[in-house]
Amino acid sequence: MNNSFIALLRRDFLMILRNKSEWLQPLFFLVVVVSLFPLGLGPGPTLLARIAPGVIWIAALLASVLSLDQLFRSDYEDGSLEQLMLGNQSLSLLVFAKLLAHWLTTGLPIIALSPLLAVWLNLPMEAFPTLVKSLILGTPVLTLVGGIGAALTVGLRGGGQLLALLVFPLLVPILIFATMGVSAVAGGMEASAHMGLMFAYLIMSLTLAPFACAAALRISIS
Amino acid sequence: MTKNPIMLFIHKTGSPGYFYWLSGKMIPWLWAAFFIFAAWGLYQGLFVAPTDYLQGESYRIIYIHVASAWMSMMIYGIMAVMGFIALVWHIRIAEILMISSAPIGAAFTIIALATGSLWGKPTWGTYWVWDARLTSELVLLFLYLGILGLHAAIEEPRKAARAVALLAIVGIVNLPIIHFSVKWWNTLHQGSTINLAGESTIDISMLVPMLVMAIATKFFYGAVLLSRARVLLLTQDLKKQWAARTIKNPGVKP
Repeated sequence: MNNSFIALLRRDFLMILRNKSEWLQPLFFLVVVVSLFPLGLGPGPTLLARIAPGVIWIAALLASVLSLDQLFRSDYEDGSLEQLMLGNQSLSLLVFAKLLAHWLTTGLPIIALSPLLAVWLNLPMEAFPTLVKSLILGTPVLTLVGGIGAALTVGLRGGGQLLALLVFPLLVPILIFATMGVSAVAGGMEASAHMGLMFAYLIMSLTLAPFACAAALRISIS
Repeated sequence: MTKNPIMLFIHKTGSPGYFYWLSGKMIPWLWAAFFIFAAWGLYQGLFVAPTDYLQGESYRIIYIHVASAWMSMMIYGIMAVMGFIALVWHIRIAEILMISSAPIGAAFTIIALATGSLWGKPTWGTYWVWDARLTSELVLLFLYLGILGLHAAIEEPRKAARAVALLAIVGIVNLPIIHFSVKWWNTLHQGSTINLAGESTIDISMLVPMLVMAIATKFFYGAVLLSRARVLLLTQDLKKQWAARTIKNPGVKP
């Protein structure tokens, strides 16, 4: 494996991990957003069970896309992003390392936390594995597609909201596939078709998004 | 020096001064074609075409609605193609045409949504339903808004154009997926009545005015697009020689 890829992944991972607020904030955000729904809609267990997949997924989407605003920002501000771009390494690969570091510190904790949130919202037990599976397939897409938006908005004022405006329409399919799948299993049906489509979408974004992301960075920093 | 007439045309229109002159010549013709087609299409559609046996007179909104919906999708496609040209060959006119298309496309999307919801009230009994086609049109509007937002946020015009070009290409890759995911999610809208392959389920007397309106809106788009592009080009190049020359004696071929 490419040395610079490993080195950048390690650096980014450690930097996010040591800056506790950076990886804890999205998680707290997720928990608070999910808890607002029972408070706003009333504690009826049947209603909560029905909306649980959507609520958890929308909260996960918000938490991970809003945290993406930080993805390139600090590197952009201290100039190290330009150094990465000037080097002779493939920028797509380096961007992929940064995206992977982001997913490891945001996506993975969200997945780990999701069963807890599902218990809160009274989701039927048999839908738990599908919820986790949908998040395993879906959270990398949030990071990958969101990364394109983050690269386009790096260095702009008020980037966070603009990033959300750019990226949310693109993430509509993943939200639909995931929540329909989880709801199907909660209703006693199969979700293999939904998971298959999510997997296809994941493969597509894995192969295309790093290149789009690198191209976007080249445009933003020129 | 290239001898190929097509390449020559592309290189010539790529020069701002020539584009400004040529588009100035084209705009009156485009408006004229629009008025002729629209007048005939609207007259045929609103007065001559028969009343629908199920939907009554309210179906007549399709003469605006369908044409706008088609335009909203076509303009996004044109933006993506222009964006591709702008990114690969760095042709500035393509950037200008792409940026100038965005507000027009957004406006057509809003018209399609508004007329659709007005038609929905007598037909479905409600102004808004989360139907597949309405929803994908709404997502298309969000894509347009994202493009306009990104363009407004970046100050340097050429950088903004390149960023928008990339976003438009990412959007066009996603658009079919969004469309089919939403379609799967919920469908209430009546199915396509016009099919290129196979039988259309609309009567010819209703179809012809609709197609005429579709042609009319294309001319409208051409006229508005070129007007916007001219203004944008001139404001960006105000300090350049060709702009000074054009302002001094407009309408003269460079």
